Amino acid sequence: MEIRMEKLTKIFISKDKKEVRAVDNVDLTIPTGKLIGLLGPSGCGKSTTLYLIAGLLRQTEGHIYFDEDEVSEMPPEKRGIGLVFQNYALYPHMTVRENILFPLQNLKVEKEEAKQRTYEMAELVGLQEMLDRKPKELSGGQQQRVAIARALVKKPRVLLLDEPLSNLDARLRLQTREEIKRIQRETGITTVFVTHDQEEAMSISDEIVVMKDGLIQQMGEPQDVYDFPTNLFVAKFLGNPQINVFDGEIKNKKIYIDDMIVSETKFPDQKIIIGIRPEGFNIDAEEKSQLVFDVNLVETIGRDTTLIIDMPGQEAGLLDKKSFKVIVDASYRIGSGHKVHFTVKPDKMHLFDLNGELLK
Amino acid sequence: MEKKNNWRAWLYLAPMLILMIVFIFYPLFNAFVISFYKDYQPLLNQRAAGITFTNYTFVWNNYFFKAALKNTFVLAFVSVPVSIVLSLLIAVALNSIPKVKAFFQTVFFLPYVTNGIAVGMAFAVIFNKNYGLFNAFLDWFGIEAYDWIGSTATWGRQITALMIFTIWDSLAFKILVFASGLTNIDKQYYDAAKIDAASRSTVFKRITVPLLSPLILYISITSMIGALKAYNSVIGLFGDKLGGKPRDMITIVAFVYQYRAQYANIGYYSYAAAAAVTLFLITLFFSALQAIVSRKRIHY
Ligand SMILES: Nc1ncnc2c1ncn2[C@@H]1O[C@H](COP(=O)(O)OP(=O)(O)O)[C@@H](O)[C@H]1O
Ligand SMILES: [Mg+2]
Repeated sequence: MEIRMEKLTKIFISKDKKEVRAVDNVDLTIPTGKLIGLLGPSGCGKSTTLYLIAGLLRQTEGHIYFDEDEVSEMPPEKRGIGLVFQNYALYPHMTVRENILFPLQNLKVEKEEAKQRTYEMAELVGLQEMLDRKPKELSGGQQQRVAIARALVKKPRVLLLDEPLSNLDARLRLQTREEIKRIQRETGITTVFVTHDQEEAMSISDEIVVMKDGLIQQMGEPQDVYDFPTNLFVAKFLGNPQINVFDGEIKNKKIYIDDMIVSETKFPDQKIIIGIRPEGFNIDAEEKSQLVFDVNLVETIGRDTTLIIDMPGQEAGLLDKKSFKVIVDASYRIGSGHKVHFTVKPDKMHLFDLNGELLK
Repeated sequence: MEKKNNWRAWLYLAPMLILMIVFIFYPLFNAFVISFYKDYQPLLNQRAAGITFTNYTFVWNNYFFKAALKNTFVLAFVSVPVSIVLSLLIAVALNSIPKVKAFFQTVFFLPYVTNGIAVGMAFAVIFNKNYGLFNAFLDWFGIEAYDWIGSTATWGRQITALMIFTIWDSLAFKILVFASGLTNIDKQYYDAAKIDAASRSTVFKRITVPLLSPLILYISITSMIGALKAYNSVIGLFGDKLGGKPRDMITIVAFVYQYRAQYANIGYYSYAAAAAVTLFLITLFFSALQAIVSRKRIHY
């Protein structure tokens, strides 16, 4: 089922009577059967968007459609959605079985069928052995899976997950995210997955939606958004280590960082912000390029060597000296203190105006 | 380490311990001892003439003790559950109307800061046969005027009036406790229940009540103990006659007090002590029973 949001806005009135536009005029279409990662920093309006889709919050303005049906005024239980809360919200006094059964009992599903479906769900999430345990007798990952089973058992048209992995430790997080991917594939349910972790969103989503301050920044397949960010915020938010950001300038169709020519460009003269991914540098063995840096520190981990270099254009000796990172193949033998010549891979460099918008 | 600092712990606890020993443990122990004394009349300088069990048999066979037992049990096992259910419903209702919540919480809390006996006297006026509000209220429904607390009132009417007063008087505190318990329940459970299509009554029965169950247990144990010790309410509503007809509404504590203080101001200390010890055992029994039963039901 397709979810379509039109000019969706949610305004909260905060304690000091200020308006908070948690979701601001959002136009967004979530395609059928896909797993969509809704990504953004904390407080950007991800949960609010999710709760608007679920019907737990009422929009201030705008419309929500499920396929052709408008659901904007529909109460949550009529919308046919499954929601997994950030801290799961499993009923602590009920067993796993009772938790999964609860929605079916409310929907007056016939007893035998309810039992059957509960068992199937437990099987889907691999918890058929745990049906008689209480939530607190389960690990975080298992609780997570109960919450998913409870959300799916009533055969919803949409599955909404609010930061489902944030309460798990690192190893479990990897494992559970594969699990969610598998369950989504098996059921083919349209899924919205909220997270503030870009790596998580990139690895699991068919498409990602990047949000900031209630506004949609960009939507697309993860690799496309990574390769073609439409603004500095998206470029900085995706990728680990972060993209390197330099103050630069275009003069006579040439791009400069400090006084060094980086490359040529078709854009007119102006001051710009240059983003270069850490993996976007080549070492110029012939030492012909103008882009030269003193390597400050070298960290080699496995295949990659990370060079840590002082940001150009800073006075030496400052305490809060900024640096940037360059990742090169470990086969280069570079020590700290070396002067290295670089060239930049054009597809790893993005030019922004001073407002952070991509130069077009 | 642990051993070394023990004396400090005892030192800090000492003031409380001394007070408890003087005013709680020693009297408890002493009452237990006195309840076995034979012909003990300290105000007549008459020492115990030996050890006996007849104080207990006298008390247990006494007509007024049996009446006291009946009245006390009705209060503890009818009015307490009723007031718990009522206060729970009111607390939930209050919680769903956040804007006027503060106002109503004040209204419901007023009885708590008002003296029980004074309130009882007000209720005595309300239940008056001729000019009381209660009969005026019943009159709307075409019910004739009854005597509720006067000398012609039946036992049933008197205990009804007493229970209405007791319930009203105890409602405030319970509502307050439940209301604060409700605000401590994570709102997400209710959101989850909404998504799960639970009706209002399902939410109340299957989510609110179970999640409040530790509080409900606490409140039911403490109010049952309170009700087993009922005395003030009777004095407030009926005065020291203890009933429309004298002693109709006698309670165990009232019985203890009578045998301790009345009868030419000399009293029968051993009877009073035997009744008090009996009450202690009854209270212990029901508290333990409640704790055991609920341990099976409250676990999360
Ligand atoms: N009930 C509320 N009342 C007032 N402000 C709120 C409420 N819920 C969220 N907000 C505000 O709306 C913004 C978005 O919140 P939220 O959707 O929870 O962000 P996210 O899930 O992306 O971290 C935040 O600034 C938050 O403070
Ligand atoms: Mg959130």
